[in-house]
Amino acid sequence: MGVKSDMENKNNQDTFPGQVIPGGNGGNIVVGVLDQIINWSRSNSLWPLYFGTSCCAIEMMQTGAARHDWSRFGMEVARPTPRQADVIVIAGTITNKMAPVLRKLYDQMAEPKYVVAMGACAVSGGPFYYNSYSVVRGADHIIPVDVYVPGCPPRPESLLDAMIKLQEKIKTFHNSKRKNPIEGFDEGKVSCI
Amino acid sequence: MTNSELQVLVSSWMDGLEFIDEGAQYLTITVPKENLRDLMFKLRDDSEAAFDYMFSLTAVDWGKNRGMVYHLESTKYRHIIVVHVYTEDETLDTISDIYPTAILNEREAYDLMGIIFTGHPDLRRLFLQDDWVGHPLRKDYVDEANMIVK
Amino acid sequence: MTTTEIDNKTGLVTQEYKINMGPQHPAAHGVLRLVLTLDGEIIEKVDPDLGYIHRGIEKMTERDTYKQIVHLTDRLDYLSSHINNEAVCLAVENALQIEVSDRVKVIRTIIAELTRLASHQLWWGVMGMDIGALTTFMYAFRDRELINDIMEETCGTRLTMNYNKPGGLMFDIHPNFQKRVKEFIKHFKVSLPEYNTLLSGNVIFKKRLQGIGYMSKEDAIAYGVSGPSARGSNISCDVRKIHPYSAYDRVDFNEILMEGGDSYDRYMVRMKEMEESMKIIEQLIDNIPEGDFETKTAAVLKLPKGEYYQKVESARGEFGVFIVSDGKKSPYRMKFRSPGFANLSILDKISRGHKIADLVAIMSSLDFVIPDIDR
Repeated sequence: MGVKSDMENKNNQDTFPGQVIPGGNGGNIVVGVLDQIINWSRSNSLWPLYFGTSCCAIEMMQTGAARHDWSRFGMEVARPTPRQADVIVIAGTITNKMAPVLRKLYDQMAEPKYVVAMGACAVSGGPFYYNSYSVVRGADHIIPVDVYVPGCPPRPESLLDAMIKLQEKIKTFHNSKRKNPIEGFDEGKVSCI
Repeated sequence: MTNSELQVLVSSWMDGLEFIDEGAQYLTITVPKENLRDLMFKLRDDSEAAFDYMFSLTAVDWGKNRGMVYHLESTKYRHIIVVHVYTEDETLDTISDIYPTAILNEREAYDLMGIIFTGHPDLRRLFLQDDWVGHPLRKDYVDEANMIVK
Repeated sequence: MTTTEIDNKTGLVTQEYKINMGPQHPAAHGVLRLVLTLDGEIIEKVDPDLGYIHRGIEKMTERDTYKQIVHLTDRLDYLSSHINNEAVCLAVENALQIEVSDRVKVIRTIIAELTRLASHQLWWGVMGMDIGALTTFMYAFRDRELINDIMEETCGTRLTMNYNKPGGLMFDIHPNFQKRVKEFIKHFKVSLPEYNTLLSGNVIFKKRLQGIGYMSKEDAIAYGVSGPSARGSNISCDVRKIHPYSAYDRVDFNEILMEGGDSYDRYMVRMKEMEESMKIIEQLIDNIPEGDFETKTAAVLKLPKGEYYQKVESARGEFGVFIVSDGKKSPYRMKFRSPGFANLSILDKISRGHKIADLVAIMSSLDFVIPDIDR
């Protein structure tokens, strides 16, 4: 199982990046690089915003449910409001009518914020790429996407893998490279269909 | 009731109806658009017909004109009838007061096919944005910005 | 209440107000947007604004061949994907008079009933969650995974199976199929009473549903409501009984009817339907006849000129496919009669006078799948 071996590797890497020294009187002293500690805590408590529009939403629910249980990776606190979410999981087709809503939700999220495009529709329009008059060909026409998950719909394991990839990405973040996530995105590099 | 019995019954109500029975799955009536509401009232209220359940409304662009196809079923007798109506000038009488299921379905037909239902209580676009130009299910609909035609 | 009222003594202005529910709302089961007109907390009007997932599937079918269309119907009502496929395939088979073997009919029926079970399980889990009981979600998804495993083994996919094709099935069933299905039935016979213990008899749950969202028989027929929602109002409308297709004419099952017409009755209809589905599967699973799993057809099918309609019973109600053919390889016009669309049209009528929290319960009891409504 791909996921399992990934998990084993993670457990080795995933130890706390600082050192904890017992300070007496019930207090502890933590020594470490602040950036690394922040990244560690961020990546292990990703709160997703459920944005399920169609079939992929069911697989996303399966991922959160009994068998796959993504709370093992700190993602169980699914938020219906964007203001409390860290990552938006776009599960399903984005239509022209939905596009402004998606953008608004994204803009309402507090930084740092991440985007996972789940399923063929969110990646590229999927089965509705040709001949449809109302489908946006990929969520990356609207908002910048961090991780793409192919599949129609992807298996829960794929989504888990994507979330682990996202955790890895967050761990490499450095404050000096910080920028607005929509920087360069809104300048029309991607033509909006 | 069998198709031929239905045909006898319905043709006794009014003139100007055309019937297609042979080869078709269900008895199909073509009604002039002036008589649409009369026919629908009769179909619903007549005790032998009792078509109280309209299960499908379809707007079709036939090329030279457009029209609606209504599928009706009787929950009492379980017979099915199909009613065709054509329009040259994009307008039809609403039947949303006879069959309330038509309220949303006629809005859909207006939105996607551009048929205007006179007397409809609330005729607005249903699926597409209010500023959308055109009616996508028409055969001559071209949308170079949104459609990638294969 | 009129739009604006001014109190003569105090000069205070009272007016009705509108709030938006959706399109991004956890209880809307997708991207349904409702504009609610309220008097305090009481609903005066519900105005559904659809189209947030309108993908233009009906237009797309006009450029696809009949075999290509089948996979699009998976994405309409993804919880009854197999049943939707079946509708298109039956319509094409009837039009071209393609005979399929008994084996195909029986397998189609078994998988359709498994799909219905999976759909009702999900509905039950989410219904409990909407009312405020998160546990049901976990129970339902635990059992749903077992059906998904069976589907994956035989059809290749968990959710959007695309297992049907005009003329039969994509491939034969997996050797383990019968064994796994029997195991699942054995398991679910224990689980279903658990569901009832957990939720059906719960006093809070009953109080939230009984007497809420009353739908009279006449209204339901006039608005075209079908499926379990209509059967809760004592309307006999099961397509499997009235216009039998596939192998439904050779199995023995009951059409569940309830008299009350409120949300709780609609809930109970679905709960009992799960038992009937298991009954159907049990009757068929040991009697899958030998035969071909497909009838050879031409690569590109052309339907004779004419109109064809096929109705089937999906998990939400009567799903219909209407094809207008002009003799070419693609349909001239194809319309999907979606059960959710008709069921939605009565929402305004039955939720007036209730509180906002009840609206969530009513919507849950009608079991919407939004891509099915929007198409």
